[in-house]
Amino acid sequence: MSTAPDATAPEGTAPALEVRGLVRHFAAPRGKGSVRAVDGVSLTVGRGEVVGLVGESGSGKSTVGRCVVRLDTPTAGTVRIGGTDITRLSRRRLRPLRKDFNIVYQDPSASLDPRMRVSRIVGEPLLLHRVVSGTALRGCTRDEVRGRVEELLGQVGLPPGTADRRPHELSGGQRQRVSIARALAVDPMLLVADEPTSALDVSVQASVLNLLADLQRDRGFGCLFITHDLAAVEFLADRIAVMYLGEIIETAPAAELFAAPKHPYTQALLSAVPVPDPPVQRARKRIVLQGDLSGSALGPGLPGPGGVAQTVDHCRFHTRCPLAFDRCRTEAPEHRTLPGPGGTRTVACHLVADDGTAPDAAAAHVRP
Amino acid sequence: MNGTTPAASDAASTASTPSTAAAASTAAAGGAVAGEPVLRVRDLSVTFHAEEGEVHAVDRIGFDVESGEVLAVVGESGCGKSVASLAVMGLLPGTARVSGSVLLRGRELAGAEEKSLRRVRGSELSMIFQEPMTSLNPVLSVGRQIGEVLRRHQGLDRREAKERAVELLDSVGIPAPRRRIHEYPHQLSGGMRQRVMIAIAVACDPAVLIADEPTTALDVTVQAGILDLLTSLRERLGTAIVLITHDLGVVAHTADRVLVMYAGRAVEHARADELFARPRHPYTRGLLDAVPRPGTRAAAPAGERARLREIPGIVPGLSRQPDECTFAPRCSRADEECTAERPALTRSAGTDGDDADPGHTVACFHPLGATAAPGEEAAP
Repeated sequence: MSTAPDATAPEGTAPALEVRGLVRHFAAPRGKGSVRAVDGVSLTVGRGEVVGLVGESGSGKSTVGRCVVRLDTPTAGTVRIGGTDITRLSRRRLRPLRKDFNIVYQDPSASLDPRMRVSRIVGEPLLLHRVVSGTALRGCTRDEVRGRVEELLGQVGLPPGTADRRPHELSGGQRQRVSIARALAVDPMLLVADEPTSALDVSVQASVLNLLADLQRDRGFGCLFITHDLAAVEFLADRIAVMYLGEIIETAPAAELFAAPKHPYTQALLSAVPVPDPPVQRARKRIVLQGDLSGSALGPGLPGPGGVAQTVDHCRFHTRCPLAFDRCRTEAPEHRTLPGPGGTRTVACHLVADDGTAPDAAAAHVRP
Repeated sequence: MNGTTPAASDAASTASTPSTAAAASTAAAGGAVAGEPVLRVRDLSVTFHAEEGEVHAVDRIGFDVESGEVLAVVGESGCGKSVASLAVMGLLPGTARVSGSVLLRGRELAGAEEKSLRRVRGSELSMIFQEPMTSLNPVLSVGRQIGEVLRRHQGLDRREAKERAVELLDSVGIPAPRRRIHEYPHQLSGGMRQRVMIAIAVACDPAVLIADEPTTALDVTVQAGILDLLTSLRERLGTAIVLITHDLGVVAHTADRVLVMYAGRAVEHARADELFARPRHPYTRGLLDAVPRPGTRAAAPAGERARLREIPGIVPGLSRQPDECTFAPRCSRADEECTAERPALTRSAGTDGDDADPGHTVACFHPLGATAAPGEEAAP
């Protein structure tokens, strides 16, 4: 257990989130080995930094999010929040630390208690952590909580009267604002936002993205923004990590990733998102991948029947990669750091040269 | 999707137009006269009776679709786009009151008997939905479900239907179709299931295919393949496609023309290029601006975060049918006129260049690009 003082970096220097070698395997149906939902993910979110975690359904991005806030316990690896290792802490010892991190989900109507008024939904974390106005108090009065709740609602753009409403009386966008207010009530160092705008309409989505950007700028929390929406991630994130089948295959500063994706999967992913502009969209080169994620999760490289995880001896993307060659099928690519102008970027692909020269997946497989 | 009465008879249904007999032959996508829309919808309204009174889910909308054309119907949730498509299919429950006209190759479907509608659905007019798992029967093999349509509507026998099912699966890009026809929906991935749904929908070579958010439940890399498939179908079979979606990227990729809906009404209609380049309705402009797109962030002034443009306010309830523009409460250009009268969908008298779309219509008293100085709406 690394809660000893020496394991805790001084306040303000350790990153908001540091994940090392995170593994989460689930037992496969009918005892057939295990599903490697997350298989060796390492990731850092600096204080005040927004990191986008991007991937398709089944890539394991949400499982990473759940492990980070300890709603799920990793099979292996470590999760540090502000330097404190929370990977194996008991529920009791974890509880006081929970004010340092929080999560916002995709569907606010499923994550807000329908019987509670907004005042209680947002006020509960304040009472649990005995925090009012950012200072820990031994017991705070109801009036103080109410005042703080209204202040928080104001910060997420809701009128004070919202405090007396119940979730069903609010629109989807308003509910998501309530869950953001709740998540930020105790001023966490890290906010995990798991598809926070995916259930919302386009016009509402814009206002929630603006809100997250404003709050992040004003309050400076670190944010792990989990999404499949590449346009939203480009808007919000400083750095982006791309996941495929339980593994991060590429990380880069947001602008660099969009300008020059290195991994063939990232290239395909970016090319597949249609741009809302007909002439531009018609002119784009697209890489249409064969097959999809499902099915390949239980593909070759599975742990044996004994449940002992074997190491994967191939690139996870080789079944769909238009550029795959023999080495991709026999050797897992290493995560290598590439030189870059806006910070370091990493990639796991045999075809990317050490100087960052990347293959063009579109050249191998183009559909106009 | 599948009718439950055998289409044994070719006899004309209750439809009253003279072209009925000719249209009775099911596989005649090319039968439509050039320039004549295969589907013509006029004044379509759908109201539901709810506790708080009448709910006007769809309020007098109209559109045409020609052979081989993709019309996108765009709007946010609750705008009535799905209810409108179900009304065209005649699939709304008895509690819905539908009025207006739905002409399929000149034949009136609105108010037609269920029996004749069944003959049309799945053969001349078919539909695919967002979530293929809820549309496919989990206990029947894929081949049987495709075969069912062919046996009902085209009278094929079991063996012919099986052969045709293999061809269809092959045509929608499913590998090893001869093996796949024996599989069940749960054995297929989401993208494969949607391909099976498309195979069923096009089995009888429909004149019109209505696709209601066909890729919304799918990943982007899978979506790309499905959109390509739909595009190739309209080119190969001349199918007219009505694509219901909220995703403006999908619209830009696929649509020839676009109908924008807001609170049950059609607010703008134009060719896709025209609509994206020169939206006239303030709501359309708002929708286009609200979507984050590549480069949004880079365009922001140094040191500042980019902001997306929001549409203030919320979508109004549908329980009234006011004689005003339903977007007026959220619109920066609204004045007394907008709250006094409902704007009709009319030709927009704009200051267009030569490439303007003569069919561009907008329901707005103060459309963009007509009277306003350029750039007026770009102010935050």
